Amino acid sequence: MSSEKKQPLLEARDVNVHYGQFHALQDVSYTIGKGEIVSLLGGNACGKSTSMKTILRLVAPSSGSITFDGESTLGMSTADVVSRGIASVPEARRVFPEMTIEDNLLVGAYTRRDGSAEIRKDLAAQYDLFPRLAERRRQQAGTMSGGEQQMLAFARALMSRPKLICMDEPTMGLAPIIVDQVLETIQRINSELGLSVFMVEQNAELALSIAHRGYVLVNGVVTLSGGANELIRDPRIREAYLGQKAA
Amino acid sequence: MDTVLAGLINGNAYALIALGLSLVIGVANVINFAQGSLFAVGAMVGWLMTTSLGLPLWVAVIVAMAVTALLGWVINELAVKPFAGKAPIAAVLSTIAMMIILDASNELIFGPELRPMRTGLPDVSFQLFGLTINPIDIVILCTSVVLMVGLAALLRFTRFGRAVRATSQDREAAAQMGVPVNRVQALAFMLASSLGGLAGVLVAAYFTTISPTQGFTIGLAGIAAATLGGLGSLLGAVVGGLILGVIEAFGVSLWGDAARQIITFGVLLLVLWIRPQGLLGAKAIKKEPLTGTFFAAARKIRVPWWGVLLLVLIGAVPMVPGLLDGYTVQVGIQIILFALAALSMTILGGQAGQLSLGQAGTVALGAYALALLTKNAGLPFLPAVLIAGLIGAVIMTVVAAPSWRLSGHYPAIATLATGAAITAVAANWNSVTGGGAGIALIPQAEVFGIVLSSNSARYGLVFVVLLILCGLVFLWSKSHVGMYWRAIRDDEVAARAAGIATPQYKSLAFGVSGFIAGIAGALWAADYGFIDPKTFPPMMSFQIVIVAVLGGMLSPIGAILGSAVMVGGLELFRFSASARLLAYGLILLLLIRFRPQGLWTHFDWFDRLKQRFGRNKDSELEGSDA
Repeated sequence: MSSEKKQPLLEARDVNVHYGQFHALQDVSYTIGKGEIVSLLGGNACGKSTSMKTILRLVAPSSGSITFDGESTLGMSTADVVSRGIASVPEARRVFPEMTIEDNLLVGAYTRRDGSAEIRKDLAAQYDLFPRLAERRRQQAGTMSGGEQQMLAFARALMSRPKLICMDEPTMGLAPIIVDQVLETIQRINSELGLSVFMVEQNAELALSIAHRGYVLVNGVVTLSGGANELIRDPRIREAYLGQKAA
Repeated sequence: MDTVLAGLINGNAYALIALGLSLVIGVANVINFAQGSLFAVGAMVGWLMTTSLGLPLWVAVIVAMAVTALLGWVINELAVKPFAGKAPIAAVLSTIAMMIILDASNELIFGPELRPMRTGLPDVSFQLFGLTINPIDIVILCTSVVLMVGLAALLRFTRFGRAVRATSQDREAAAQMGVPVNRVQALAFMLASSLGGLAGVLVAAYFTTISPTQGFTIGLAGIAAATLGGLGSLLGAVVGGLILGVIEAFGVSLWGDAARQIITFGVLLLVLWIRPQGLLGAKAIKKEPLTGTFFAAARKIRVPWWGVLLLVLIGAVPMVPGLLDGYTVQVGIQIILFALAALSMTILGGQAGQLSLGQAGTVALGAYALALLTKNAGLPFLPAVLIAGLIGAVIMTVVAAPSWRLSGHYPAIATLATGAAITAVAANWNSVTGGGAGIALIPQAEVFGIVLSSNSARYGLVFVVLLILCGLVFLWSKSHVGMYWRAIRDDEVAARAAGIATPQYKSLAFGVSGFIAGIAGALWAADYGFIDPKTFPPMMSFQIVIVAVLGGMLSPIGAILGSAVMVGGLELFRFSASARLLAYGLILLLLIRFRPQGLWTHFDWFDRLKQRFGRNKDSELEGSDA
């Protein structure tokens, strides 16, 4: 669990994002190590989702750099970063509702160029990992429950054979029992498949229960960072997120 | 049986156009009004290849599809891509601009006349189950079936097809998966456009006569077919096209070719009223309001009292007898008539955030009402004008009423259909409207016993009416009604949450707009003395929109300014009709891209200058996109 190995998988340095006049991210820096679960915590409209979008090159930063696997992502398209190994699980899952489970998964493999045999192999791997999806492969994704859609969103992200998966509030709007399953799945993806996870979350307690490290974002500025164990005991976190007054 | 076959051939063309429309609606959330123009381009390219150059039909098909695919790429680049993420009306108006540009260019290049087409196919026919079948029937049938099955397979089984479907269903999520959504959109656009071109060649080959101007009506029929089947549904497009074609064919065999338009738009209106999602409704149609603050994201220019007085004085100059020559005064009258029509549009667009693509229909209604009331019923002029206005108001509220609960693209289609249906009725109701021959010898305007026959008096009449209506619009916009309208325009959901009865206030906006448009039409009829359906063609609806957009929708002055520039300016250059249309299209395209809020609104640099010189008068902020 040592936080930094020699070179982090992803490093964001002094990232600034402006939406017109609005300064959404201000000199935000963070790293994600290989095999790490890193959580970015914060309330509504603090810049969490924007951070994820800058990693995915859906939003271009006005200054600062993001390096992935030793390569600057500046000037890359979303397709470029996806094909280099960054997959994503969008906010509210966003599966393609009128496509079958299998077609959803194949869209996840869109950027791959290694032939249909390899892609078929990965399809089978996802069905092994999520047997529920195998049962329903011909069913339209929009007809599944929220928890099942979340599993599909994970599997879809895995189809691009990523090194890093970015997740935007993966537990949002799910029943508590499903939330536990989702967290367990994230841990499995991390430990069994060895993937790094970048998890944007409002619910600090949930996120820190599985993350190795965390950053706290307030109004576009990183105000706190550290190991998950330290953060969860930090009185400021407890006050801000868990509703307990600092002693 | 031959009727069914003819219907299927036409319906097949509608289906191909509707397929293209639905494909584009999916990936870009835009109704591509230029789809019909691509049909006309396809037809003309087909004519050029087969008849002028003597090449075989299959070469013509390939070249036409290539040319239209290329044009589709251009339309996407110029008219759709720049407006991603903006109010959908921007892209819709831009494709209307492209439609006007393509139609006008087509007419400028090839001339408007009908021409024969030789396909080079053997001139034989045979009988099958009582049907007379020609080689071209087989060609059309096979090409279409192969194409439609191929398209379905492409979308269902290929990587590109999955990308198109993913982009249609959730553009942002598709982008996150690494799908290059912009490239997918461009390719889908080209594919859709080539379907339009293909339909053009096939229909031209079938009817063996073609005209470069037929794209407009067939494009509208394609929109009707797509709506009938369900906007955005590809299977629906095919089904809708074939059904519409067969219904039309039976109507035409019963009532003659003139009935075609009434059937097309009647079917369209019925669908919108009863089942707007169409037969095979897609849930994918996005529900956001079409216009919103798009036209209003700017600040109003406030005119001081002496400025208004000055403008009135300048406007009154042609009223002085003998000062200006008759031609100039006539242009002045024309400017004011168009300004009145545009004024009716600013109520909808600038105040209530709605849009009508059928305003020419309401103007025509007012014109026919006045003609019939004064000529046949012998009513005096002024009451007849008022009644014409009221009829306009009632029709706009009643006929369009079922469409107000619609959202997304549907209200625009509904107004388009209403306007086109009115013109189609006028062209067919021979006993009342005189049909295609129109109504002549409409009595001249007469006010308090004085017949207004001199140029300056005729100008004076329209000018005074304009002043009165501008004053009324000004008072309305100051009243609580205007405030509620602006609330609906800026955020309909919030307005409803605040307790505003949005349907009622929207209908009031349509009613007031219809009243002004009806009066404009009445003055039109009295001034011309002769009207027929061609006086108010559907294209005029778009011209009215363009005049209103150019001037700016926030103030009545915008309508006048827009009309002065478009009607007066183009008159100055004495363009031919097609060149004038081309100018309208180009201006609309540029406007939507660079200055959608129109001319008569604050420029940014104007504000900065004001700040610099410290004159910091609070001015009313119109719209939230500051």
